[in-house]
Amino acid sequence: MAILISPETKVLCQGMTGRAATFHCGRMQSYGTKLVAGVTPGKGGQRHLDLPVFNTVVEAVEDTGADASLVFVPPSNAASAIIDAIEAELSLVVCVTERVPVLDMVRVRQALEGASTVLIGPNSQGLLAPGIAQLGVMSTVDAKPGRIGIASRSASLTSEIVAQTTEAGLGQSTTVGVGGDPVHGISLAGCVERFIDDPQTDGIIVVGEIGGFEEEEVAKLVGRVRPSKPVVALVTGRHAPPERRMGHAGALATVGSGSAQAKIDALEDAGVIIAPHAGSIGETMRAALN
Amino acid sequence: MLLHEFQAKKLIKGFGITCPMGQVAASPTEAQDAAERLGCRRYAVKGQLLISNRMQHEAIRYASSPREVAEHARKLIGMSFKVANGRLPDQTIHQVLVEEFVESTHELYASVALDRALGKVVLLASGLGGSGIEERAAEEPGLIHRSALRLEGNHATGAFSEIATEVAPEPDLAIALAEIYRNMAAALVANDATLVDLNPLVVTSDRQLVAVDAKITIDDNALFRRPELAALRLENERLERDRNELEAQRYQINFLSLDGDIGVAVNGAGLALATHDLIVDCGGSPSNFMDIRTTATSLDIAHGFEMLLKNPRTKAILVNVHGGGMQRCDTIAEGLGIAVRRRGRKMPIVIRMAGNNADFARTVLTNNGVKFIETDTMLQAAQRVVELSKKETAQWQS
Repeated sequence: MAILISPETKVLCQGMTGRAATFHCGRMQSYGTKLVAGVTPGKGGQRHLDLPVFNTVVEAVEDTGADASLVFVPPSNAASAIIDAIEAELSLVVCVTERVPVLDMVRVRQALEGASTVLIGPNSQGLLAPGIAQLGVMSTVDAKPGRIGIASRSASLTSEIVAQTTEAGLGQSTTVGVGGDPVHGISLAGCVERFIDDPQTDGIIVVGEIGGFEEEEVAKLVGRVRPSKPVVALVTGRHAPPERRMGHAGALATVGSGSAQAKIDALEDAGVIIAPHAGSIGETMRAALN
Repeated sequence: MLLHEFQAKKLIKGFGITCPMGQVAASPTEAQDAAERLGCRRYAVKGQLLISNRMQHEAIRYASSPREVAEHARKLIGMSFKVANGRLPDQTIHQVLVEEFVESTHELYASVALDRALGKVVLLASGLGGSGIEERAAEEPGLIHRSALRLEGNHATGAFSEIATEVAPEPDLAIALAEIYRNMAAALVANDATLVDLNPLVVTSDRQLVAVDAKITIDDNALFRRPELAALRLENERLERDRNELEAQRYQINFLSLDGDIGVAVNGAGLALATHDLIVDCGGSPSNFMDIRTTATSLDIAHGFEMLLKNPRTKAILVNVHGGGMQRCDTIAEGLGIAVRRRGRKMPIVIRMAGNNADFARTVLTNNGVKFIETDTMLQAAQRVVELSKKETAQWQS
């Protein structure tokens, strides 16, 4: 089993008829994801990847019973696509789009208030539950069903850590990329909370970086709950020059907050095991489990 | 993107916020002409720089005559500033803003900003203003009133009047202040800004509210729908940003110039940050940060590698790639092959590749005649490249 998704989850893709979406939806189908429909305004009634295409999310849900969406819509319309999915009361929405305007995401967060939808992303590689379902653009070659939950702010490091945990003989229950943007859906702490409650997850890996306050939230959560399963964390950007943006829009240490060292200290105080470097996370987790 | 003060003021004037009379000038003569046209008793001559403590750096000066304005402009224009411990590129004053000096009875602080922890836009306001307010507020949080706003269509709603009444108990000022808060929020929404900051916002002797300084940050991701601001960015960047960084953006690469001697190429922002940390931990010093975006083609990537190869400081290169669902190892290998053939410069290249198409990538490198040192783990790769960067380059020229 996994968090946020089950083998029964029916998935639709908003923007499925686009080039990149077509490629990745094809991969998801061959991975075994239950993809049931596509949504592209103006293309309702067509078929694509042997699936029906609808004009609106509501129509697609009525016809197919989809309960999750993968949003593959360009930045200019990504937020309104997410809001459509929230209004159609889907339980899970994953948005992989990069460079969504941040005020659009503020509006999405307003739409999420009081809604039952969980949003992953944007600017996320998505969610992978090895052996169950893939909702996103990540590589699956190194993934193996197992008992480690990974919550990450970085797609590339997730690939790396998936390979390391497989190599260490552990495998993964679910991997979630929360996304590299400053305002997004589910937080690292939101993922960790679910992994703590998930009986199929024996160890939790958190990948954080400079900027924002999410690692501090994880520290608070772990300090309060004191989970019986090990939590291992890597926080990158310890040596990143201040006030310069390296990569993710969210990875900017602003004055007085969000420095990598402050995050590491908070996590360590809460009992989280800090991996010495990005190449040693699989081993650190294996040692923690023994 | 940060706007210059004169650009920010032009923008907020369009939203009904009063700023001092002023004019931007690029030379002492222009500055003197501007002052003569303004015809004031006292002037402020403000170097246009994208740093926060211009006062401390004496980039803001005062004058009593157009001739004195010209003198200050002569000293300011061309002045360079080291910022953030010299780790940012130097900034140079290319223009000054010549303004009427505004006599004030007191200074206020007002800011509308994105609060990323909340995921909302907030109004921050205080009855105290001027430089150092942020630092004072850190010690005494009650100094700044804080209230979350709600975005509705093309404006924002919130407790503007309530906060204004707390900040300024006099009813006439409170009404004017609430209007300014509302207009700042409207300016933020209409321009896809993440910060509209007026500090100080002063009360003049005739009880007018005037924005003496203004800072605006625009969300780069929204420039596609703000063509007039995208044009401003081109203008600002031509003057200020590192040429390599701008060039790299065109090739789908996030690039920062740093002052070390190890060229670094990585796919993905997180892995790139982790690699940077690892190199520094091993005692090395990167000459750049490079995150190859998933949309980069092998030709784009070749341009990225060429920037490393043509940098005279680079002594060794580290390529750390984990091929994912979107960017495969062989595409990056092909890019490296093209760059090495084009540049012909020899230096040690340490490679650590894993994930999608790693084996194929090795073949691509060999077929392109690229000599490389391969390691199994990231740590070994970092150790090796640091070691090589400390050796004399002559050994590798043969």
